[in-house]
Amino acid sequence: MVKGQRKPIDEITGALEKYSNVLNIGCGGCVSVCLAGGQKEVNLLNAELESIYKQNNISKKIEGFTVERQCNMQYLDELDDIAGGYDCLMSMACGAGVQYLAEKFPGKPVFPAINTVAIGIDREIGIYEEKCRACGECVLGYTGGICPVTRCAKGLFNGPCGGTNKGKCEISNDISCAWQDIYERLKGQNRLDDILKIKEPMEWKNQTQRTIIQEPYMKRYT
Amino acid sequence: MVRMASWAASIILVQEGLEPNFQMVCRDRNRLAMQSDIMGAYAHGIKNVLCLSGDHQQFGDHPQAKGVFDIDSMQLISVIKNMRDEGKFQGGAVIHEPPKMFIGAASNPFAEPLEWRAHRLAKKIEAGVDFVQTQCIYNMDIFREFVKQANDMGLLEKVYLLAGVTPMKSVGMAKYMQAKVPGMDVPDDLIKRLRGAGKGKVADEGIKIACEQIEEFKEMKGVAGVHLMAIEWEHKVPEIAERAKVLPRPKVE
Repeated sequence: MVKGQRKPIDEITGALEKYSNVLNIGCGGCVSVCLAGGQKEVNLLNAELESIYKQNNISKKIEGFTVERQCNMQYLDELDDIAGGYDCLMSMACGAGVQYLAEKFPGKPVFPAINTVAIGIDREIGIYEEKCRACGECVLGYTGGICPVTRCAKGLFNGPCGGTNKGKCEISNDISCAWQDIYERLKGQNRLDDILKIKEPMEWKNQTQRTIIQEPYMKRYT
Repeated sequence: MVRMASWAASIILVQEGLEPNFQMVCRDRNRLAMQSDIMGAYAHGIKNVLCLSGDHQQFGDHPQAKGVFDIDSMQLISVIKNMRDEGKFQGGAVIHEPPKMFIGAASNPFAEPLEWRAHRLAKKIEAGVDFVQTQCIYNMDIFREFVKQANDMGLLEKVYLLAGVTPMKSVGMAKYMQAKVPGMDVPDDLIKRLRGAGKGKVADEGIKIACEQIEEFKEMKGVAGVHLMAIEWEHKVPEIAERAKVLPRPKVE
């Protein structure tokens, strides 16, 4: 799922400086799962903002509302009767949700309260690890289920490079070498033949905005 | 660190009557820029190109730069070979004057997984590499084993392998290389030998070790030559070459 992290409070207060009536909109999707932008985080952020404004004698109204998902118009429609009463909207959704919200209310300033970081997994509660860069040309079948685009610092397709350092990446002793891990996994599965072949240059598919139409819907939309 | 572009420095060397080995890293250029630079370099009389992944941008003084890594070093070798032998750019367009580059790559026999390193060399040969420069060699046991494996696989008949030699200037340099440089294998015995040379004699001992290595490489089956990297000690190269008895240089047509 998409993983995000809340922006520094100073950046948020800076963005809201000119507005006196703010609606902070949470998202019940991915960012709620990674504890960045769900209902609970909306309440926490609003409480923090209110306390800052109170301390500084600033009069500002901050309210919250969390929708099921900000990446679907059906859920954003719930805001139809609410959003009009505010002079700006803040979104705690991922970059996709923020943009869809801004598209829905083109006349309203919309500010992101979180940074969208990654497509990742839950390593532990509160620890999330990036796993996928959405390159659009998945090679995991060939690399033993370990992504060289995400995990190799140089994004090598024919690794490992000469900087491998006792199983660690040359950039840090805390980062495991993706290609050493790929090698070990394929060796364990007796599949090293896979990476003996040269992987040809990637056909990058993430250089322009992509729209997906799933096969069963082709007729309906094209 | 920002340095003068290798093709630009290489042009100066060509003008000085030398034959440079132009280096290109995948970190800074996409496939368009790389092919463009290869055409330009060849037009200026540069005939050799070394294809490298490149050190990660996190090292040096621009750690937040965006790394390009559009293609990797293996793919770069294939791209240049295709330009030279098929007269085609990677995108398929015809090159009317293909760049007749002598294609080089790096090989690090000391980085793990050690048993994979000869296979990686095999891939580079399959991709089209003509010569290979190794990482600086200090652990001779591992290097001998690597060369044996590569010979057994028949690889070193297909490529010119240049053994990397970097003389140690000081005990400090040896310890730094051992601890801080990724993919470098500096055995404790070597540091002990340097230290044993005594005050004022360490640098000379370093050169002596390098010369002993070169003597062994001259006799080693599958090793075509030596890549002498006297790091921040370039002015010592003539002396080291003299002491290693590799002067005068052979004439190459």
